[in-house]
Amino acid sequence: MAAEREPPPLGDGKPTDFEDLEDGEDLFTSTVSTLESSPSSPEPTSLPAEDISANSNGPKPTEVVLDDDREDLFAEATEEVSLDSPEREPILSSEPSPAVTPVTPTTLIAPRIESKSMSAPVIFDRSREEIEEEANGDIFDIEIGVSDPEKVGDGMNAYMAYRVTTKTSLSMFSKSEFSVKRRFSDFLGLHSKLASKYLHVGYIVPPAPEKSIVGMTKVKVGKEDSSSTEFVEKRRAALERYLQRTVKHPTLLQDPDLRQFLESSELPRAVNTQALSGAGILRMVNKAADAVNKMTIKMNESDAWFEEKQQQFENLDQQLRKLHASVEALVCHRKELSANTAAFAKSAAMLGNSEDHTALSRALSQLAEVEEKIDQLHQEQAFADFYMFSELLSDYIRLIAAVKGVFDHRMKCWQKWEDAQITLLKKREAEAKMMVANKPDKIQQAKNEIREWEAKVQQGERDFEQISKTIRKEVGRFEKERVKDFKTVIIKYLESLVQTQQQLIKYWEAFLPEAKAIA
Amino acid sequence: METHAEAGKEGKPSCASVDLQGDSSLQVEISDAVSERDKVKFTVQTKSCLPHFAQTEFSVVRQHEEFIWLHDAYVENEEYAGLIIPPAPPRPDFEASREKLQKLGEGDSSVTREEFAKMKQELEAEYLAIFKKTVAMHEVFLQRLAAHPTLCRDHNFFVFLEYGQDLSVRGKNRKEILGGFLRNIVKSADEALITGMSGLKEVDDFFEHERTFLLEYHTRIRDACLRADRVMRAHKCLADDYIPISAALSSLGTQEVNQLRTSFLKLAELFERLRKLEGRVASDEDLKLSDMLRYYMRDSQAAKDLLYRRLRALADYENANKALDKARTRNREVRPAESHQQLCCQRFERLSDSAKQELTDFKSRRVSSFRKNLIELAELELKHAKASTLILRNTLVALKGEP
Repeated sequence: MAAEREPPPLGDGKPTDFEDLEDGEDLFTSTVSTLESSPSSPEPTSLPAEDISANSNGPKPTEVVLDDDREDLFAEATEEVSLDSPEREPILSSEPSPAVTPVTPTTLIAPRIESKSMSAPVIFDRSREEIEEEANGDIFDIEIGVSDPEKVGDGMNAYMAYRVTTKTSLSMFSKSEFSVKRRFSDFLGLHSKLASKYLHVGYIVPPAPEKSIVGMTKVKVGKEDSSSTEFVEKRRAALERYLQRTVKHPTLLQDPDLRQFLESSELPRAVNTQALSGAGILRMVNKAADAVNKMTIKMNESDAWFEEKQQQFENLDQQLRKLHASVEALVCHRKELSANTAAFAKSAAMLGNSEDHTALSRALSQLAEVEEKIDQLHQEQAFADFYMFSELLSDYIRLIAAVKGVFDHRMKCWQKWEDAQITLLKKREAEAKMMVANKPDKIQQAKNEIREWEAKVQQGERDFEQISKTIRKEVGRFEKERVKDFKTVIIKYLESLVQTQQQLIKYWEAFLPEAKAIA
Repeated sequence: METHAEAGKEGKPSCASVDLQGDSSLQVEISDAVSERDKVKFTVQTKSCLPHFAQTEFSVVRQHEEFIWLHDAYVENEEYAGLIIPPAPPRPDFEASREKLQKLGEGDSSVTREEFAKMKQELEAEYLAIFKKTVAMHEVFLQRLAAHPTLCRDHNFFVFLEYGQDLSVRGKNRKEILGGFLRNIVKSADEALITGMSGLKEVDDFFEHERTFLLEYHTRIRDACLRADRVMRAHKCLADDYIPISAALSSLGTQEVNQLRTSFLKLAELFERLRKLEGRVASDEDLKLSDMLRYYMRDSQAAKDLLYRRLRALADYENANKALDKARTRNREVRPAESHQQLCCQRFERLSDSAKQELTDFKSRRVSSFRKNLIELAELELKHAKASTLILRNTLVALKGEP
C-alpha cells in the first residue's frame, strides 16, 4: 500500500540528522544576516509558496529562513517531517530534483516526493493548511483582552466577572469587535470541553489557569487589601494569556465551543468544574488511574523521534522548574528590598529634620525623597519580574505538562491498537479450535468476531498513525511558539530592567548637585 | 584562617567617614593585619619627628582589647572630661560570615559546581570586606587621636604606639562587663536625676540647644543606620539570587537545540554580570551610607557623654554653691567650702569652654563627612547604573539581532 505502516525511517542516524539540520539552519541564519541589509524581521511578508526557483541556492536560504509558515504548508503533505528544517521546503515546492540542497541530507527527499502524490488526505490537509496559513500568516488577526474584573454578588456565593473583548477581522465571527462577561468557571468549562475533544487525538490544548481556594475566598469575603487585588490581577493576566494561547492554535480556533465562549452573551454555567463536585472527584480518580496505567504500559517505540522528544520535554520541564523557583526567590527579595528602602527613606527624612545644619538637612530630605522614588522603582521591577518572567515560566511548566499528556494519549492509543491485535489473534485461535471441533454455528460466530476485530485493528492502526502525525505537527508548532514567546518576553523583561536603571540614573543625577551644595 | 589586609591602600572605607586635619607631626596607620582563629592582630605603624619618641618610624602589634584599654583610659581621665573622646572601634566580628562559609561547606547537593564556586567566592569577598572594615575602624580611631591637639599628647597613647611588648591587657571578664553595664545604668539615672534637679538651670542657650539636638539626633541616626543596614542586606540577597538564575539559564541554553540556545546563554551571561554590579551597589551603600551613619551614631554618643560630664560638673558646682552658702550661714569651715566651690566653678567653666569648641568641631566634621560620602554615594550609584544599562542594552541588541 502507498501509505506505509509506520513513518519510514529517515535513515538510521535520525537524531543526528536533526542535529545536522539544526546546524544547517544556523548556517543559513548567519548567511541571512549578511545577505540582508535591513534588520531581520521575524514576521514574513507574504511569500507565495510557488516563488522558489530551483536554480540557485543563494537566495533560497534567505527566503527559507524568513518564512515560518511554509513549514506548515509542506508539513501536512508529508508523513514525517522535522518541522525545524526549513531547508526541505524548496525541495518539495520545486520540481523535485535531489541535487537541490547540498547541506542537508538529500536521501530524505525521495520518500517525501512519494507521499506528496497521496491524493485525498493531502488535499483535505491542504485546504485545512490554507486555513491554517490564513490563521498563521499575516492575515491571522484576532486579539483577545481580559479586563475589568468586578465582583458580582455577596458572601460565599460571590464571584468575579471578567470582560472578554475580542477584536478580529476573521470572517468566521459575525462582528469585528465584541465583548462578553465571563467568570472563572466559564474558562475552566471551556478548557474542559476543548480538552475532552482534542487532547486524546494529539492536540496540545493550553491548560487553564489554576484554581485557588484561598485566593478566591479572600476575594469573596470582601477583603479589600493589596493581596486580594494582586490575586485578581494575577488571575486576570493569566486568563488573558490562556485565551491568547488558545486562539493562536489554528485547530482550536475553529472550534464552535470557543466561538460560543467568545461571542455569545449567555453561557450555560459549567458546574462540573468545581473542585469538590462529583465531576471534580471523578477527574481526580481518573488522573490517578491514568498515572498507574502509564507506569504499566510498555510501548514498543519504533519511532525514535517520540522518545527523543519526550526526553527533551522532560529535561526542559526540570530546568524550567528550577529556574522558576529561583525567579520566585528574586521576586520575593526584590519586594523585601523595596520595603526596606521605604523604611530607610522615612528614617532619612526624620534624620534630615533633626539635622540643624540647613544645607545638610535639605540634602538629607532630598536623599529621603530619592530613596522613596527608588522604592517605587523596586516595586515596579518586582511586578515585571513576576508578570513577565515568573509567570511565563509557570505557564510553560503547565503547558509542558499538557504536552506530556498528549504523548501519554498516544501511548494509550498504541495500547488500544496492541490490545485489538492480541484479541484478533485470540479470535483466530478460537476459530481454528472451532474448525477442529467442527461446530458450524460457532465457526460462523468466530468468523464474525474475526471480521469485527480485524476492523478494530485497522481502526487502531489508523488512530495511532493519526495521533502520531498530529503530535509531530503540534510539537513543531509548540516549539515555534515557545521560541517566539520566550524571545518576546525576554526582550520585554530586559527592557524593563533598562527602564529601571535609566530611572535610577535620573534620580541620582538630580540628587548629586544637592549633595554638592552642602557647604 | 589567616587573612592579611593591606590597609592604607584604596580599600580604606571608614576612614573616609571622618575628616582628619591633623598636623603631620604624628602619623599613625595600620600597615598590616592578620586574622587568626578569633583574634585579629593589627600592626600599628607610627611616623613622627616628635622628640618624645626614640625613633622616627616604628611599629607594634596590637589586638582589639588593647584599643579598648586605650579608649577607656581616655574616658576615665579627668583631664579630658571636656573633650569628645573618639568612639572605640567595634569588636571584630566574623561570626556570621564564618557560619555562612561553614554552611556552604557542608554542602547542598542540588547546587552545581559553578554555583558553588560563585557562592564561595561571594562569601570570601564578604569575609574580606568585613576584615577590611574592621581594620579601617581601628585605624580611624587612632588617627583621630593623633589629629587632636590635646589627645595626641597623652602618655598612654605614646605607650600604646611605642611599647614593643604586649600591654598585658586582657579582655574584660564577665564581672567587668557587668560592671560596665551597671555604670551605664547609673550614668543614665544620674543624668535623669540631674536634669530633674530643681534649681539646675542651663545658663547657656548653646548647650541647651545642643542637648535637645543631640538627644533627638542620636536616636534618629541610630534608626537610619539600622534601616540602611537592612537595605544593604536586601541588596546583597538580590545579587545572590542571580547566581542560581544564571546557572539555570545556562543549563537551559546548553540543552536547547533551537534559537533559544543563544538567547538563554546570553541571558545567563547577562545575569552573571548584573550580579556583580548589584553586589557592588550593595557594598557601596554599605560603605558610604551605613558605615558613615554608624560612625556618627557612635560619635554623637560620645558627644552626649561629653554633655553629661559637663552637666555633672554643673550639678557639682551648684552643690558646691549650696554647701558654701550653708557654711557661710553656720560660719563653719567656710574656707574649704570656698576653695571647693572655686574648684568646681573652674572645672565647670573649663569643661564648658572646651565642650563648646568640641561640639562645634563635631558639627563641621559631621557636615563635611556627610557631604563627602553622599557625593561619593551618588557618583557610585550613577556609575553602576550606567554600567548596568550598557550591558543590558548590549544584550538586547544581540537578542533582537538574531532571527
